[in-house]
Amino acid sequence: MAIELVVNGTARSVNAADTTPLLDVLRNQLDLKGARYGCGLEQCGSCMVLVDGAPVYACAREVGTVAGRHVTTIEGIGSLANPHPLQLAFLDEQAGQCGYCLSGIIIEAKALLDRNPDPTRAEIAAALDNHLCRCGAHPRILRAVARAAALIREGAAP
Amino acid sequence: MSDMLPLSIQNNRRMDRWIRFDPDRTVRLAVGKVELGQGNVTALAQIAAEELDVDLARIAVLSGDTQDAPDEGQTTSSQSIEVSGRSVRLVTAELRARVLDRLARRLNCAPAELSVEDGTFRHADAPTGHDYWNFVQAEDFAAEIAGTATPKPHTAYRVVGKPVPRRDLPAKVAGAAFIHDMVRPDMLHARILRQPNRGAVLAAFDEAPVRHAAGGDFRVVRVGNFVAFVGPDETVVQRAAAAAGPHARWDNARQITPAQQEADWLVGKPTNERVHGDPPMADPPKTVVEATYSRPYIAHAAMGPSCALAEYRGGVLSVWSHTQGPYPLRAALANVLGLPAERIVVRHAHGAGCYGHNGADDAAVDAAVIALQVPDQCIRVLWRREEEFGFEPLGTAMQVTARAALDDAGKPVEWTQEIWSGTHVQRPSTGGNMLTHEALPTPPPDPKPTDPPEAAGGGGTRNAMPLYDFPVRRILHHLVLAPPVRTSALRGLGALPNVFAIECFVDELAERAGVDPVAYRLSMLSDPRARRIIEDVAARSNWARRGPAGSGRGLGLAWARYKNKAAYAAVALELEVDQEVRLKRVWCAADAGLVINPDGGRNQLEGGIIQAASMTLKEQVTMEGEGVTSIDWKTYPILKFSEVPEIDTVIVDAPDQPTLGMGECTMGPTAAAIGNAVAHALGVRIRDMPFTRERIARVLLG
Repeated sequence: MAIELVVNGTARSVNAADTTPLLDVLRNQLDLKGARYGCGLEQCGSCMVLVDGAPVYACAREVGTVAGRHVTTIEGIGSLANPHPLQLAFLDEQAGQCGYCLSGIIIEAKALLDRNPDPTRAEIAAALDNHLCRCGAHPRILRAVARAAALIREGAAP
Repeated sequence: MSDMLPLSIQNNRRMDRWIRFDPDRTVRLAVGKVELGQGNVTALAQIAAEELDVDLARIAVLSGDTQDAPDEGQTTSSQSIEVSGRSVRLVTAELRARVLDRLARRLNCAPAELSVEDGTFRHADAPTGHDYWNFVQAEDFAAEIAGTATPKPHTAYRVVGKPVPRRDLPAKVAGAAFIHDMVRPDMLHARILRQPNRGAVLAAFDEAPVRHAAGGDFRVVRVGNFVAFVGPDETVVQRAAAAAGPHARWDNARQITPAQQEADWLVGKPTNERVHGDPPMADPPKTVVEATYSRPYIAHAAMGPSCALAEYRGGVLSVWSHTQGPYPLRAALANVLGLPAERIVVRHAHGAGCYGHNGADDAAVDAAVIALQVPDQCIRVLWRREEEFGFEPLGTAMQVTARAALDDAGKPVEWTQEIWSGTHVQRPSTGGNMLTHEALPTPPPDPKPTDPPEAAGGGGTRNAMPLYDFPVRRILHHLVLAPPVRTSALRGLGALPNVFAIECFVDELAERAGVDPVAYRLSMLSDPRARRIIEDVAARSNWARRGPAGSGRGLGLAWARYKNKAAYAAVALELEVDQEVRLKRVWCAADAGLVINPDGGRNQLEGGIIQAASMTLKEQVTMEGEGVTSIDWKTYPILKFSEVPEIDTVIVDAPDQPTLGMGECTMGPTAAAIGNAVAHALGVRIRDMPFTRERIARVLLG
């Protein structure tokens, strides 16, 4: 069946069962590969996207439940040609090793900075506790989010 | 001379296997080591840019490709910069020298009068009109690599030693970047129903309820006891595989008891016995003390499950894999499939960090077996989360007893490290079996018991020989033949359990002798590089003001030199313990000789600290029934953001010393520093990992 949703600001119609995971629709029908399959269990955060601005695990969310709503993936946050301050800050801090967790983390950080433009290290860490990183890039990731917050406060377009 | 060459050059003597100048004024460097998230490819590009005197941006790197890149075996054991880096340096220095020699003859000048600026050649500071791209000829590539060129002195370095951004990171913060994201023509998705263990036989499989649960079309590919669900819709095959378990009846499935998940289960089991080091003292001192430490089975636990693509077209099998070794994987595929290696191409693509031998190679064989059954289509295999945790080869449990005969001052004169461990290597290149192979109609024989030789750093014995000035040091290694699960290489192999045992026991001996643990270490350690890093972290952590034990707040310290021949690392660590351990701060110092990319190096040191802390505090693979029961992140928790301490890292400046691999050097010191800090906080020692709330409560209750 056809399901209408707005993805990264563009109205899209996808042909999928209501119960299809949002992640599968994004990756395989809309060719948006930035949300990543990690566990399928809402435990690791690799698949995080925004639905109407709030972070949501795409792996277990049925696409039928987001009909008519706004979905934002990392591709909607920024691109290599036109990066978001969060993406810039992650590259400035070289905040990652294998990088598999990073797109989900940036999504979560976007939601955090939207509600709290000047978070402390502890507040950033608490916000990211739904996300796992196996490589141990945590200190850099925490610094990168703080750096992005500063960039945005100083006027970089968020 | 050739036996002095790095192995990578010995195995790839043709210059054009490594380097090529492309018409777009770039340099194509081909290497056999692969990017696993550790930044090695960026560092190798730095080395080539330095020796050629070409801007770093012009160096394009192809890594891990059995068609177009050299065979450098596996990307393991902190060897990328030590071995591949040394090779790239010799190759590029030699090519530059050959080209400049030829130009000097043409211009009738001495080679020393020539210089290179971003790939263009100058004579006495004037342009010559020549550059690599218009002057390099086939003859420059004709002779075998001699390996005799003199690379630049480190004092002339402009690119090496500078922090350089990683090349692979931008895509990873923007969108598609991984093998998981590849889309090929005619691609079908596949999921596997795994044979629970070698020898298990699929007696019955009820397809109807699985098809009902899947809700779409797929085909079942079955070869012996290997079963795959294959179709165009990933959601459908995922649902089929998730539903399949209860509808499959396996005969001869193994039965594991929870006791087998513990390290002490290994003791007393059949072993292969090995002894290393000095003979025992004829007349040792009377005072002998010992303590026993352990680590359980540990999962690599990659964030992204194993994935592979394979297609069989026109008699050629093409495989994409996040393997650590494209050439060894090609050999394994040839062996499993009965195809000649010349008809198999393996190409590396980025995966989630692996930290050793995980399911990457097995997934590649899965995809290849299906591709041979379903030719002319691309087969994309993705493991499920529970499959990744349930079937990856595990880091083996280890039990280690440290035993010391003490002199009158309480210092060891004889140290014996007694180790019980499963094997640390069952890679396909070291005699291990691929999972899929064991499910096929003609499974391979049982792997023979093996462990890496001491010259390669050992496996269970890695870092077991203490580097203190003890007159007699020996290792008794009980290589346990049949652990309950498949075990293989996990970052650092036996180094973490062995350093944990040595450095915790040294603290226990210091306490027994009534001497400060840092002073005790320095009193029996003559290596100046080791002393320097210990003194550094002691100073920065304010060790001199360390209070008495038992306050609930602890400061601990430990050090090691990885493999006893790679990078040195010391870690001091502050924590608090009430019901559980909370890490507060970490100070790290490392000496890795010449560091190519200091930022990349720091990232590795800190990542190792956090990963080792996670293992030490939280991690244990659990088992019962048919196999592993810790099959998700709830049952196999790792360290979270709010639990990660601040880390201050110093890399000792030693550019005149050879590069020492640093990817694994902080793991053992971190585990031991936690052990020592917890003992300081509680006044009671915990010798078994992980340091969970339950274990702390048990120890405190006596």
